[in-house]
Amino acid sequence: MKKSKYKIAVLVCIVLLLLTVIISLMVGSYQMTPGEVIGTFLGNGDSMQRFTIYELRLPRVVLAVIVASALGVSGGVLQAVTRNPLSEPGMIGINAGAALFVVVWISAGTSAYYSELAASKAFFMPLLAIMGSLLTVAVIYLFSYKRGIRPVRFILTGVGVNAGITAVISFYQLNMSKGDYNQVLTWTNGSLWGSSWHYIIITLPLILVLIFFILFRSKVLDVLALGDELAMGVGVSLQREVLFFLILSSCLAAIATSVAGNIAFLGLLGPQIAKRLAGPSHRKMLPLSAGVSAVILVAADTAARNLFSPIEIPVGIIVSIVGVPYFIYIMLKGK
Amino acid sequence: MKDKSWILTAAGTLLLFVGIIASIHIGAKKIPLSDIYHGLFHYEGTLHDQLIRNVRLPRTVCAVLAGGMLAMTGTMMQGVLRNPVAEPTVLGVTQGATLAVSISSVSALAGGVYGNFFMALAGAAISGGMILLFTMKSAANQSISRILLAGTALSTFFLSLATVAALLGNRSQELAFWVAGGFRQAGWIQAAFLFAVGGSFSILALSLSGKINLISLGDEAATGLGVAPEKVKRKTVLCIIPICAVCVAAAGNIGFVGLFVPHIIRKLNGNDYRKLMPLSFLYGSVILVLADIAARTILAPYELPIGLFTACIGVPVFLWLVRKEKK
Repeated sequence: MKKSKYKIAVLVCIVLLLLTVIISLMVGSYQMTPGEVIGTFLGNGDSMQRFTIYELRLPRVVLAVIVASALGVSGGVLQAVTRNPLSEPGMIGINAGAALFVVVWISAGTSAYYSELAASKAFFMPLLAIMGSLLTVAVIYLFSYKRGIRPVRFILTGVGVNAGITAVISFYQLNMSKGDYNQVLTWTNGSLWGSSWHYIIITLPLILVLIFFILFRSKVLDVLALGDELAMGVGVSLQREVLFFLILSSCLAAIATSVAGNIAFLGLLGPQIAKRLAGPSHRKMLPLSAGVSAVILVAADTAARNLFSPIEIPVGIIVSIVGVPYFIYIMLKGK
Repeated sequence: MKDKSWILTAAGTLLLFVGIIASIHIGAKKIPLSDIYHGLFHYEGTLHDQLIRNVRLPRTVCAVLAGGMLAMTGTMMQGVLRNPVAEPTVLGVTQGATLAVSISSVSALAGGVYGNFFMALAGAAISGGMILLFTMKSAANQSISRILLAGTALSTFFLSLATVAALLGNRSQELAFWVAGGFRQAGWIQAAFLFAVGGSFSILALSLSGKINLISLGDEAATGLGVAPEKVKRKTVLCIIPICAVCVAAAGNIGFVGLFVPHIIRKLNGNDYRKLMPLSFLYGSVILVLADIAARTILAPYELPIGLFTACIGVPVFLWLVRKEKK
């Protein structure tokens, strides 16, 4: 009974993902019919259609799926470790830390727009973002460490660190020219603008490895979610495992941020919905969370591109406009 | 604890006086002290006189009033919510006002200084009301982490919507200045608004300080002493909303002043809100006048957002408070 429900959820999720992907490939300033999209995949499209799909829309959609999976899994892990359904990489400064390093890197090294960065520079960005977010996690960890880590203190410290980093980012932003500013603004608020296959080649292997690693050890997460005493009782060396998962989850969030900017609340929505569908087992919940997040992000990105066309809205803003009411609903409902 | 309020008042007044003089003195054009006296008391219309009367003085007055009011509203929120990190910007009240102001500056809905003020009032009322409802819905929601997370979520939400409005109106960088706060646009109209609206509600707020004292002891204690906690909380929030609205309309979204100023005063002079609130007002003014001087001069001729300086002090204090907290 339980098992079949999970299978149905996975199936529905896959169907929804395919649907949103096809819709996302169809709409834009150059409209296509579903038949044309499928025809282009089968090799029948004209050069215009092939260019639109393979060079513009497909990399963007694929990147959205990759980024969303990373954030969905990262949020799920963070919620298990902190035992708080509201913790999320965007809220506690992990994304902001990554964004800060990238903003400084972009504004220090070059005056070019994000899309015109050389491939070698683009390759550096995930590494830099990981450094930024790990440094942020280290700062949060140090400040909240007092005879061990308490989840609540960890989150509150994160909220404070987030506010501080945001202030520093705004300092960099205000010193830019207006054109650069708009560019960086869309980026710090999360955007998939300017996606290309480069970014996919760089991020996909890293994220796959990290997610498999987390899934491989997901039993430990199940135990951690039960509480400190129980976890220690069954022989989990608590502080070490917590640290291990914190690092993995911030790496995931960092890689996502490095290519897509600071998308908040996605790491909250995905795991919450997945938990409702799949139950507490992390081996089942985390992949579903990745899928749900992907559906949300692809849909949000389609909306971000087309809602006020030709002006593009940062996708992160669409996600938070959807995410915050849900977040408040969870808070009001929770005990 | 020995009552040091007289010493603190004297020291604060002195600091404020020095700060105001310095704020008029320092700038793109340095004005000598003798000219300051001349400009303030024997206006003759020379260049220095005009600079003092029309540019430096209104700006300084705005900084004094806004700083004091923000610090005092922070003090009140901390007392009423019994939450050491409560503060209007942390809880999203000022961000609601920011959203409303950004909508009004992009659209033709309600333009001008008066329009901005009324929009800010509406925004602050909505977000303040949401926080009030949230804390009153159940006792569990008064825990520090929950209020804080709700506030952070609300502010993200309001700022996201504000960003959409600004992007569509091609005003996003101006919005960023608004979000980071500053006294670039401060003139006599803003000062008058701050003085009239903010001032009258501040006096009203000060009259509540005795009751806030009791609330800060706990709801049961307050009820036992004959004060209805819900009523006082509602009155306090009703005072805070218009004060925050004028501050945002005049100076944008300046964070953290209401967080760290009361805590420093608390450390020095104890927890009596009847003294804590006026002293916070005084030292909030001092801090913002000094921060405004720094914002104007460090990267002159560019102006830095004033929120950067308040965050520099505010974030460490915030982290320290969270670390100290037991629950």
